[in-house]
Amino acid sequence: MEKVHPEGIRKIFLMGNPNVGKSVVFSRLTGVHVIASNYAGTTVEFTKGCIKLGDVSAEVIDVPGTYTLEPTCRAEEVAAEMLQQAVSDKGGGTLVINVIDATNLERNLNLSLQLLKQNIPVIIALNLWDETKHIGISIDREKLETILGVPVVPTCAVSGEEIKELVTRLPEAKARAYEYTEEKRWHEVGNIIEQVQRVTHRHHTLLERLGDASLRPLSGIPIALILIYLMFEIIRFIGEGLIGHIFEPIFEKLWAPVILKLSAVLGSSGFLHDILIGKLVDGEIDFVESLGMLTTGLFVPIAMVLPYVFAFYLVLSFVEDSGYLPRLGVLVDTIMHRLGLHGLAIIPMMLGLGCNVPGALATRVLEARRERFICATLMAIAVPCMAQIAMIVGLISNHGAKGLLLVFGTLFVVWIALGILLNSILKGESPEIFVEIPPYRIPHLTTLLKKLWMRTKWFLQEAIPYVFLGVLIVNILYSLRIIKFIGKFTAPIVTGILGLPEEAVGALIIGFLRKDVAVGMLSPIGLTLNQLVVACVVLAMYFPCVATFAVLIKELGVVDTIKSAGIMIVSALVVGGVLNFLLNYI
Amino acid sequence: MNRFDLAQMNQGETRTIIDIQGGYGMIRRLESLGVRPGVVITKVSSQLMRGPITIQVGNSQVALGYGMAKRIILE
Repeated sequence: MEKVHPEGIRKIFLMGNPNVGKSVVFSRLTGVHVIASNYAGTTVEFTKGCIKLGDVSAEVIDVPGTYTLEPTCRAEEVAAEMLQQAVSDKGGGTLVINVIDATNLERNLNLSLQLLKQNIPVIIALNLWDETKHIGISIDREKLETILGVPVVPTCAVSGEEIKELVTRLPEAKARAYEYTEEKRWHEVGNIIEQVQRVTHRHHTLLERLGDASLRPLSGIPIALILIYLMFEIIRFIGEGLIGHIFEPIFEKLWAPVILKLSAVLGSSGFLHDILIGKLVDGEIDFVESLGMLTTGLFVPIAMVLPYVFAFYLVLSFVEDSGYLPRLGVLVDTIMHRLGLHGLAIIPMMLGLGCNVPGALATRVLEARRERFICATLMAIAVPCMAQIAMIVGLISNHGAKGLLLVFGTLFVVWIALGILLNSILKGESPEIFVEIPPYRIPHLTTLLKKLWMRTKWFLQEAIPYVFLGVLIVNILYSLRIIKFIGKFTAPIVTGILGLPEEAVGALIIGFLRKDVAVGMLSPIGLTLNQLVVACVVLAMYFPCVATFAVLIKELGVVDTIKSAGIMIVSALVVGGVLNFLLNYI
Repeated sequence: MNRFDLAQMNQGETRTIIDIQGGYGMIRRLESLGVRPGVVITKVSSQLMRGPITIQVGNSQVALGYGMAKRIILE
């Protein structure tokens, strides 16, 4: 048996079943924060970080969760491949921390035994140790350690206790510590369980009852409807509140006077003035229409979009951590099958409402290639991101609720209809749902806030540079009269089919870069409500923004992304044309 | 011969799995989540229109499609 020297540790792989808290252990070990949620498959890519062990630093790798080393889906393939690389790494100094869920010892040990057979040192972190006491399970940790022949360290990763012990015992990790014949693996697991685990009878907790109730159609469907309504209202309340009471006053009262002074210094016109401040409307700054970097370029991402993004991620993170999403997936499974998907596809769709980029990445929870294609295409076409939603709401809501209903109603109908269409055209059928339903957990406040902060920060880092770039390009295109030229050139489509003025083509061009700026650009051209509705629907559908497009290429490959983009352009033109016709002639 | 599968089970009922009638891939997938012959399961819920079925296996819950449920044979 090989032993490990503490100075010799170079790489640590965190492996275990999905949703056992690997990502939280990872955060604790490295101080690097990664997104963790209460459902299987949050980590679809691996994440790297570093840990100081004495004087040297070792790499820590958070491997996607897997139930077995014989992979059954893409995320599990990634895990198995990474382990094979680690085992064949002749340089040595690699070890595996196998994170296991103490409340589900039997199923988790199945993977542990597979890992213990590999030619790589393993140490076990018995996670969720604190939860075992609440649910009447008692585990003889020392006996387990003796049987398996490797250290078994109890951890409660969410609250960060005992992580230190795990680190100090890393050098005790051993390879090939437990031998058995492959066919008898479950039998071995059963034997171990018999020796180390005692389960005492107990009554169902309130959370467990609620968990079962939200899975039964009679109670589950009303719970889902109430929950979605509540989420919607909370997001609206927080978003509107932040805009009305904090961000708008800051921009109007504090920032506007500064910009007006700058405008005077720059002589109220000229190229530099246009780029930084934009056009003044009646001698005043209009933060939506001026289109300067320091006016619209800051106002749109910070004062119009950020509050809703923040509110959305707050609510989403709470729902994710509670463990509700897989239950929602089970409830909507039958509907999703009509769209060629299964229930779990609701997770990428929900994430897509925040931003299509993580939504497209999350399609990896789906097993089949066909399913991932349908899911990513439907999301890119009919699921507008929060930045876009916030701008559409800002632009249309003063015309009353009818416009909003038309925009989002149309997108919903497109989502369903296009899904049914793709399902009938594409060969093959959707696989069946097969997923672990996690227990309900009360979200841990610090973890939740960290996740919220990461997502908000990520949004600002992604949004502000692109918005700036968008505003810059708009100004250059306008001043070189390129937009006018393209407007003339594309008039048959933009005016003929969609019924929009030639100027609207500017928004369609910028929409490739950032949808929120594009929607904002519709504001100064004086569209009627009907035209606004058509323009917003087309902007949402016709193409993903450049960031999403890049992820689609990575996830689907070039050929499928081109197919997907073709579907987007055609369906946007068809839906925009039909909508224009219906709204104006009927 | 009386063949009784998971889809026929009532909500709240508890039985032992005796056979899984599927290909190697399906058996392996079910097994990785602890669903295998000899294991006692309880049906937690089923959805309308042949929707997925949720079962309790040990201390965890697993949801699986109706077609899969039809191939899990119980005592």
